[in-house]
Amino acid sequence: MTVKVYVPRDSGALALGAEQVAGALRTEAKTRGLDVEIVRNGSRGLYWLEPMVEVETAQGRIAYGPVAPGDIPALLDAGMLEGRTHALALGKPEELPFLVRQTRLTFARCGIVDPVSIEDYERHGGLRGLRNALEKSPAAIIEEVMESGLRGRGGAGFPTGIKWKTVHDAQGPRKYIVCNADEGDSGTFADRMIMEGDPFVLIEGMAIAGIATGATKGYIYLRSEYPHAAAVLNEAIAVARAAGVLGKSVLSSAFAFDMEVRVGAGAYVCGEETALLDSLEGKRGQVRAKPPLPAHQGLFGKPTVINNVISLASVPIILDKGGAYYRDFGMGRSRGTIPIQIAGNVKHGGLFEAAFGMTLGEIVDEIGGGTATGRPVRAVQVGGPLGAYFPRSLFDTPFDYEAFAAKDGLIGHAGIVVFDDTVDMLKQARFAMEFCAVESCGKCTPCRIGSTRGMEVLDRLKAGIAPETQIETVTDLCNTMKFGSLCALGGFTPYPVMSALTHFPEDFRPVPAREAAE
Amino acid sequence: MQHARTENASTVQSIVERWREEEGPLLPILNGIQQELGYVPRESVPVIAEALNLSRAEVYGVVSFYHDYREKPAGRHVLKVCRAEACQSVGGDAVAERLEQLLGIRFHETSADGAVTLEPVYCLGLCACAPSAMLDGEVIGRIDDEKAVDIARRARA
Repeated sequence: MTVKVYVPRDSGALALGAEQVAGALRTEAKTRGLDVEIVRNGSRGLYWLEPMVEVETAQGRIAYGPVAPGDIPALLDAGMLEGRTHALALGKPEELPFLVRQTRLTFARCGIVDPVSIEDYERHGGLRGLRNALEKSPAAIIEEVMESGLRGRGGAGFPTGIKWKTVHDAQGPRKYIVCNADEGDSGTFADRMIMEGDPFVLIEGMAIAGIATGATKGYIYLRSEYPHAAAVLNEAIAVARAAGVLGKSVLSSAFAFDMEVRVGAGAYVCGEETALLDSLEGKRGQVRAKPPLPAHQGLFGKPTVINNVISLASVPIILDKGGAYYRDFGMGRSRGTIPIQIAGNVKHGGLFEAAFGMTLGEIVDEIGGGTATGRPVRAVQVGGPLGAYFPRSLFDTPFDYEAFAAKDGLIGHAGIVVFDDTVDMLKQARFAMEFCAVESCGKCTPCRIGSTRGMEVLDRLKAGIAPETQIETVTDLCNTMKFGSLCALGGFTPYPVMSALTHFPEDFRPVPAREAAE
Repeated sequence: MQHARTENASTVQSIVERWREEEGPLLPILNGIQQELGYVPRESVPVIAEALNLSRAEVYGVVSFYHDYREKPAGRHVLKVCRAEACQSVGGDAVAERLEQLLGIRFHETSADGAVTLEPVYCLGLCACAPSAMLDGEVIGRIDDEKAVDIARRARA
């Protein structure tokens, strides 16, 4: 009897040797004459256990990890194919505490299914949302999304339903659905994981968006740093087309919808929606002034829905189970679940999807298990390179858009980067300015020039030259950048800089004073 | 040399033909050229401009805007090392310095023997298994000294 063994093709797992593990298993199985079918799934998001190999047994799946290629012979000797025990055995993956504590709605299938098998997708509840959508009027689909309370998961948190309604109501001979897959924030990988682990959920979400708004063409704008995601997406789109999910008649309905992947060329600013649209059009990725909104004049001047990967991938479950089901998770105005990405110097790094409302401390200390180095956690950066650094004293902040804003921070794309007590916050503040200087599109002066001046000011501060003046200058500069930039790059770079300065003032004291204090 | 130039010209021409009727064809064309040739030759700019009815300045403006596009051929290997925050939090800066030292080049440089080009990258989405890098499209995570030495050895080959 053929035994199914799952070895992830997720980039994170590949970076830790999954390809070699799959190769070793294939070779060893052949040598021993074992009947093994290797399925390349996505990752469940427990990166300290990757490559995590799962075997399908009569009792369900049994996981082993982290597996090195050299472990394969011993694992087979121990009876891995029958799910027997071994030092690397983890038991049933769904019973691992890290997964038990999660609420997986968007990531329900990620790491479980074969990402390019539409049959597997349907077996695990896929396409039910799209089928329901086809039974409804476009207005009723939008009503469902509105009711869910879904807000843009890219970072801005704008209600998805309102965007859709605006495009629905806009007149145009052609409309577009654009998926923002330019996930450039350090500490984030949720988009990558879903594209590599369950691409059909994104395809389904985009098709539903098309039906709801009258758009017939979709583009996924994918960053060039994600070649593995590109391969899986292209494969999945071809499968979806062959299965009649995409094409002239979506699931034999009167609706047409098709899509393609467009790859960027290494520009962080193209994650900003209007810069992304310019880039898709074949221009320099420079930010546009709003209005006009992309919903009115977006791609090629046509009404355009532009949503983040996770926003679109959350739509199928909303249309499957109803807006109210999704809305009942969460707190305040932050409804549903959020895939939190725990990264950096952390013991248990990975993807943790949960309803809004957990505190930052619970996430970092309990779920993440503290630092990988074993040293005390000193700071965490939430929301990517434009997000604020939080000290331990703010660890009671609940994960919620408004609660983070109230503490001068942002959730962004929900990435959390953990730093131990060796971090130099002046260096981190300087890096924020440097990153802005490298990635600025050049349109707004405060961003283009302010970032470089900011680096210089912080360098002078480090050298101990008139520190009080430098702190005053950088504060003033941050204020100018915040209010004088069109987009979040220039506008939000002050968050990491000012939060570092506010919460960790001891790192901004001039060198002689610091030495004297020690 | 002349032969190589003719070959490049025909590659550029066929990529332009593949995309010219599509919506927003410029990035796919440039990506295609970069993928095939490893860089975007200056001579391809007027060819693209003519086909897409753009000015050369517009095409050059796009080429120079994006970090990915090179105007000169890269080394036989391209090593992209992540310099962003998640990697910094677990010693990414030290790994980056170590790789510079092992390869004998700085970031944005190509080794004299043409073996390897070293480039910074801001996030590979491998933030839960940092520090990370990508060698010719192969992703590598949790880089320690042993892995750095191995990466450098393969990159110099």
